[in-house]
Amino acid sequence: MDNFHPEVVAFCCRHCAYAAADLAGGKRQPYPSAIKIVELPCTGRIDVVNILHAFEDGADGVLIAGCLDGSCHYIKGNLYARQRLDYVRGLLCEIGLEPGRARMINISAAMGVQFAELASEHVETVRALGPSPLRRKINQGEAT
Amino acid sequence: MIVAEKKPLEAIARMLEGSGRVLAVGCGTCVTVCFSGGSKEVATLAASLRMKRSIEDRPLAVVEAMVQRQCEWEYLEPLAEQMKNVDAVLSLGCGVGVQTLAERFPTMRILPALNTLFMGLPSAQGVWEERCQGCGSCVLDKTGGICPVSRCAKQLFNGPCGGSQNGRCEVDEATPCAWHMIWERAEALGMSEDLMSIEPPKDWGTSRDGGMRRMVRNDLRLPEDQDKEGNE
Repeated sequence: MDNFHPEVVAFCCRHCAYAAADLAGGKRQPYPSAIKIVELPCTGRIDVVNILHAFEDGADGVLIAGCLDGSCHYIKGNLYARQRLDYVRGLLCEIGLEPGRARMINISAAMGVQFAELASEHVETVRALGPSPLRRKINQGEAT
Repeated sequence: MIVAEKKPLEAIARMLEGSGRVLAVGCGTCVTVCFSGGSKEVATLAASLRMKRSIEDRPLAVVEAMVQRQCEWEYLEPLAEQMKNVDAVLSLGCGVGVQTLAERFPTMRILPALNTLFMGLPSAQGVWEERCQGCGSCVLDKTGGICPVSRCAKQLFNGPCGGSQNGRCEVDEATPCAWHMIWERAEALGMSEDLMSIEPPKDWGTSRDGGMRRMVRNDLRLPEDQDKEGNE
């Protein structure tokens, strides 16, 4: 497990988390290279199938980072994203993946340090869960 | 609309035990607008099945397809080509869609991915409620547009049962009493006197017992079909 380097796709709202990740970088606040950021206009843009495709393509974890409650630029996008994530967690159980691999966090654009902390926390959760069985399959496929 | 919901993934996976390549077909009408069988749901189910089977070391290829309406022959024609390389078809249509596919493609295994629930409407975003049971002899003219067949737990035709409390059904408190609503509506329309006359027993002969029902409009039929039947 020591040589396991998780891959976590982070769907980030550009009004908050994406800017917060940028701020973390500006402050020289490190966060794991496992985090692969996908910028979204709002977390409300994310669909169930986008999260599933991230896992299907080998992500060990998914992080959805949206605005603080009550601060969504589109009023309720972050609330919809949370509901969809809850739905996806149910699907992950049915599929045979741990629901803990997917998590949502809520931060503001000023919370660069917190972004780094929460992203690191999720990477550690995923590291503890081990590599996604789907990623192993993809790697095996590439090797053969 | 016809309202349906996805079967548990485990149940769908069980149906596909012996399959290695399937075609998942959505339907662009009722089940698209109740978010059970549209293109997104096809993609979601296809990804879920692929992942489940990959984890189990038994890869499954799922080809995704959509038709505008699974319940009409002409829309199914483009599927014939896509069915050539699959060993089963998973329909995300209602029960009618599944059966139309099965009739059109008799040598192919057609499997239902959804449970068809009822004819209804979205009463709020994300909530669907039954409104019609297709009983075959509509009484909505007498009940102010509120159906006692689908909305009264006891399917009563002459007022409430006496068990309802504060406008709620005694069978399920979450359900409003249909007859309470019918009375309030009649009062609002100034028609409550009409409800005083006794409604005779309903003829259930038009309803669901006795097998498949059929509607025929001779003015719309093809003359050659009618000739054929006349000669039989």
